[in-house]
Amino acid sequence: MSSKNEIWIWAEQRQERIEPSSIELIEKGKELAELLSSSLAAVYIGGSGERIEELFEYGVPKVYLLHHPELVLYQGGPYSILFSRLVAKYQPQVILMSTTYLGLELAPRVAALTGAGLTAHCVDLFVERHKDGHILVQVVPGWGGNLMVKIVCPERRPQMATVKAGIFEKPQRRPGASGEVVSNPVRLDELDWRVKAIELIEEEEDRSLEEADVIVCGGWGVKGAGVMDDLQKLAETLKGAVAGTRPLVDAGLIAENQMIGISGKTVNPRLFISLGASGASHFTTGFLKSKVIFSIDQNPNAQIFEVSDLGIVGDLKKVLPVLVDELERYMQSRG
Amino acid sequence: MRLNIVVCIKQVPHPEHFHEIKLDPESQTINRRGIPAILNPPDKHALEEALQLKERYGGTITAVSMGPPEASQIMEEAYALGVDRSILLCDPLFAGADTLATARALAIGIQRLGEVDLILCGTHSMDGATGQVGPQLAEILGFPFIGFVRKMEIQERGTVLAERTIERGYLKVEGSLPLVLSVTKEINTPRLPTVIGIMEATQKEIYTWDTKELGIDPALVGIEGSPTRVSGIFERRLSRKGELLQGDPEEVIRKAIKRLRELEALR
Ligand SMILES: Cc1cc2nc3c(=O)[nH]c(=O)nc-3n(C[C@H](O)[C@H](O)[C@H](O)COP(=O)(O)OP(=O)(O)OC[C@H]3O[C@@H](n4cnc5c(N)ncnc54)[C@H](O)[C@@H]3O)c2cc1C
Repeated sequence: MSSKNEIWIWAEQRQERIEPSSIELIEKGKELAELLSSSLAAVYIGGSGERIEELFEYGVPKVYLLHHPELVLYQGGPYSILFSRLVAKYQPQVILMSTTYLGLELAPRVAALTGAGLTAHCVDLFVERHKDGHILVQVVPGWGGNLMVKIVCPERRPQMATVKAGIFEKPQRRPGASGEVVSNPVRLDELDWRVKAIELIEEEEDRSLEEADVIVCGGWGVKGAGVMDDLQKLAETLKGAVAGTRPLVDAGLIAENQMIGISGKTVNPRLFISLGASGASHFTTGFLKSKVIFSIDQNPNAQIFEVSDLGIVGDLKKVLPVLVDELERYMQSRG
Repeated sequence: MRLNIVVCIKQVPHPEHFHEIKLDPESQTINRRGIPAILNPPDKHALEEALQLKERYGGTITAVSMGPPEASQIMEEAYALGVDRSILLCDPLFAGADTLATARALAIGIQRLGEVDLILCGTHSMDGATGQVGPQLAEILGFPFIGFVRKMEIQERGTVLAERTIERGYLKVEGSLPLVLSVTKEINTPRLPTVIGIMEATQKEIYTWDTKELGIDPALVGIEGSPTRVSGIFERRLSRKGELLQGDPEEVIRKAIKRLRELEALR
């Protein structure tokens, strides 16, 4: 099979370990490859590629490998040029990257260098017929309610998208699986080193939200109702984590890294409680996979109820204190 | 060392009014009539960084934006904060641009400014939130780029040391001018304009350049020059919609807890 028109994912590595957010792209990539009668391949740029088997084990049949000890750390200039040259050489039709800090930089750089069309923060991807062929449809949240927007790139190739991390699931791992490695030589002196990463400093990451069983999430309505304390109490009672929508973050009531949504975190707890949030798709995208969603809002027509297993229509000022009391009693009775 | 700095800014709808913005499913356009617009908050950090660098090293600051005539409001705000020159790239032909076509227009505008040492951008705009224009601008200009800079220092002879945020930590990065950077909100605390600044700003000329003035081939900008486009809008179907309770708080809460137990959401 010819290499042209493949579906590519960028396998982002950190100290030669593949980032979980890149693994999440594999199933979707395979699905698109099937729909487009093509095949999936990953592009790996790093120090040695000593762990690329992981990609095969998660189902990638082919890896383009570019490695050099000087490329262990993400080097923006060199990575962009290497990736773009690979694109020119093999002409993939689709390239997916995750919305990590580095994916959000590399994707637009490669798009600018190759003239590709690029869509950011996609929450779904599928294929539609277009003229005498097929086209990649890239779905992003739209304005107002549950409207989603379809974006396409009619002419230019490749079609590139960054995919919101946490939306797609990791595939099954099959230990021992193997695949094809296509090595391409790296010549450092041909690359742009005007900017150079010199050191990676690890910092503790707060993963309390991702790991929480229960999340209590406040929306703008919480501020108006003046029930921030009750929200905290509710989270404590349920041994859950506190989160918020963008307006609450902007108002400084919730920390930036506790924001849920397309620009924030994606979570899927056992119970997600939304208080006083209208349910914009930018927000709901971040927790749709929660097991149970329970919402309170005073507006019976709020979009949030469309995504809720259970809703209460009411004023938070009246409802929330009662909820906290009753749940405290309930939790105590459970010991 | 004097620095010629360019700051890219954008006018966006006020985030507190986002819920009033509607997509018209028929025309597939965004209706933002009557919605107040502001200077994109992340861009304030780029402006602040430029102002601090100028205070330290001297030089000039030019604010550049591509936008409709109403965007002159933020160009004036940039003057009020202390930039030396405000340039609005404005032409109906720019409308409908995706990030690549926007970056192209900005690049052509910036190329007219003569020697530029540093281009600063915010990490993203609040309304589009792609964060793509900065890196694309850098590639089009052939400048090196550092994204998500949370701390930076310029040393003698134009060496730049920066910390760029990544997941679970940061990268220490070294570079040399000229550069394009996007800065995060941790980098500084933006100042407010002074009363005198605001008053003087109204007297200053906002330079407005259209495609003719810029000598841009219209095929490269606006909707025409954009590789991507909107192909449709649809309502996401969500099968979840469950029970909706309403009424006396005590009673409603008791029902809710019972239901949550049935759903095994409470243990
Ligand atoms: C590109 C882009 C990316 C975005 N990314 C994100 C993101 O990642 N996360 C995010 O959250 N947002 C994001 N947004 C913003 C998003 O579109 C909405 O504006 C935001 O989610 C609205 O937050 P909210 O529901 O808290 O506020 P509002 O929409 O203002 O809703 C407040 C709700 O509170 C209710 N209420 C008010 N008072 C009471 C009361 N006393 N009792 C009960 N209910 C009450 C109201 O009925 C209303 O439903 C993004 C927007 C854009 C354009």
